[in-house]
Amino acid sequence: MKIRKDIAQRKRTDKVFSLVGLIATLVGIVTLLALMIDLAWDGTARLNWNFFTAFPSRFPDKAGILSAWVGTGVVMFVTALAAVPMGVAAGVYLEEYAPKNVMTTLIEINIANLAGVPSIVYGLMALGLFVYKFQFGMSILTAGLTLALLILPIVIMATREAIRTIPGSIREAAFAVGATKWQMIRHHILPYSAGGILTGVIIGLSRAIGESAPLITIGALTFIAFLPASPFTGTFPFLSFEWLKSPYTVLPIQAFNWVSRPQKAFHLNAAAAGLTLMAMTLAMNGAAIWIRYRFRKRIKW
Amino acid sequence: MSLVTHRASNRPVTRETSLPGGVHRLSPLPRLRGPGLLQRWQERAIQATLFLAAASSIAITLGIVGILGFESLAFFKQVSLFTFLTDTQWTPLFDDAHYGIMPLVAGTATVAAVALCLALPVGTITAIYLSEYAPHRVREVVKPFLELLTAVPTVVYGYFALLFVTPLLRHFIPSLPGFNMLSAGLVIGVMIIPYVSSLSEDAMRAVPMHLREASYAMGATRFQTSTRVVFPAALSGVAAAYVLGFSRAIGETMVVAIAAGMQPHLTFNPMEPAATITAYIVQVSLGDLPHGSLGYQTIFAAGLTLMLMTLVFNIGGHVLRKRFREKY
Repeated sequence: MKIRKDIAQRKRTDKVFSLVGLIATLVGIVTLLALMIDLAWDGTARLNWNFFTAFPSRFPDKAGILSAWVGTGVVMFVTALAAVPMGVAAGVYLEEYAPKNVMTTLIEINIANLAGVPSIVYGLMALGLFVYKFQFGMSILTAGLTLALLILPIVIMATREAIRTIPGSIREAAFAVGATKWQMIRHHILPYSAGGILTGVIIGLSRAIGESAPLITIGALTFIAFLPASPFTGTFPFLSFEWLKSPYTVLPIQAFNWVSRPQKAFHLNAAAAGLTLMAMTLAMNGAAIWIRYRFRKRIKW
Repeated sequence: MSLVTHRASNRPVTRETSLPGGVHRLSPLPRLRGPGLLQRWQERAIQATLFLAAASSIAITLGIVGILGFESLAFFKQVSLFTFLTDTQWTPLFDDAHYGIMPLVAGTATVAAVALCLALPVGTITAIYLSEYAPHRVREVVKPFLELLTAVPTVVYGYFALLFVTPLLRHFIPSLPGFNMLSAGLVIGVMIIPYVSSLSEDAMRAVPMHLREASYAMGATRFQTSTRVVFPAALSGVAAAYVLGFSRAIGETMVVAIAAGMQPHLTFNPMEPAATITAYIVQVSLGDLPHGSLGYQTIFAAGLTLMLMTLVFNIGGHVLRKRFREKY
């Protein structure tokens, strides 16, 4: 009789735990929903045309995020331009060229560790190195490069994972018809891993776009009532890189500035800016999932 | 060179061609050529470039260590390490300047403790549920949502902590101040759940099926199998997940800067406002400190402390993982 009771007891524990598990899983999801609803509740009222086309202002209802979203776009452009070639090159080297030696192991451990370094430490490094040693100043260039270093491990890991799924027979086939190593990589490895790499790059950029801590340490300003200089000029050579040296602000910094003010009206602006930012990161993550899905469907080894 | 003679045997490589009149003549094969000199150089240059890109990651680490070390060294020339570790006040920007890191470390530890108290149990149970209990369909729906938690900008989490969680907590604890470490810690806890749960789940799913089958064959329930067979077998991977969660919790900046207040204050009570190491760095950076001043150097000393805390835990985690690693 006792054994039946024991069994019944254990089965009950099992049932209870499956309920506890479900509740634990829901903690994260419910919080996410609460956060989104709270943000939308506070912020949607401020989302109008004027909010996107106005500069920040002392008057909360006239303030907008023009300089912030332009800044975010320009900084992301620099970040992508720096992080993508570096990250893809490093990933290709580690997967296709790297010999098994101490140097390679060192690089691999190092990349894994870099992924765990707090983002604000990157900001301190950039403050000492880019701002003062290299004299880039508190500019768009510094911000873009800093965020590029921050997402470099993500891009490298995504590249490696994408390359790793390509079967060895593809490489052998290329070599068999006389391709050199680089020809093989250019014509086979890179095109076939493009989907995975693109996914990783987008995920990395979506992380960089919401990052504010390192940018605060390298001097992102919170009150910018102008746009960076246009890259196109009327005179020869028609291109100017003056905008790289321009001071800037980005969306998360603008939102941080508004949320730190005591007035309730500015909090609503912060919610609206946060909502814009959330929409951007969600769109990027959605795009990444879609690209991954498309490429998986197209290529079957 | 009309006849190709580079083969190991001395016999020239030839092919037979028949000429009119039945005369057979041996004519040389066209020579097979490998990549030309230019191409070989190009290959080498490409390989060198790619290597430089990979090695640049080491340059980044050296940059981080170098800058933090260099500026901290300048700092410790003026403030002794003993004062830094034992003084109980951190007021570097006041006239009566004190340079004791302890208040900042206490703030960081308190916020991280609150966050981990939430994230480790919830994350672990989530991982067990998703790996051992949840039907396939539930897992496919839930996982992307959990991963979305990592995509939310930290500023938004800060907003949520200050203007949603704190007012909510005040319903239950009326004496709670507007800035406090409790709500910041709780929000960071939710933020790092996906880091803990997804790595732990991967580790649990990697546990071979035959271990579970053996356990079920002995009449164990799913709960017994999960907690006494799968979890211990996956402990090495779970430890890695915990270490990552810890690193994220102490390095988190914006949530504490927004919701926990920025006053350095030696306390372990989460109901009080206090600054963390990261919040202090943000506070100083928002002001305008001249390059090279002692105040400027304090943020590097604080950053170095943060790096060392992360490093100690990473090494600890590495040791743990080595000890608990199971081979199947």
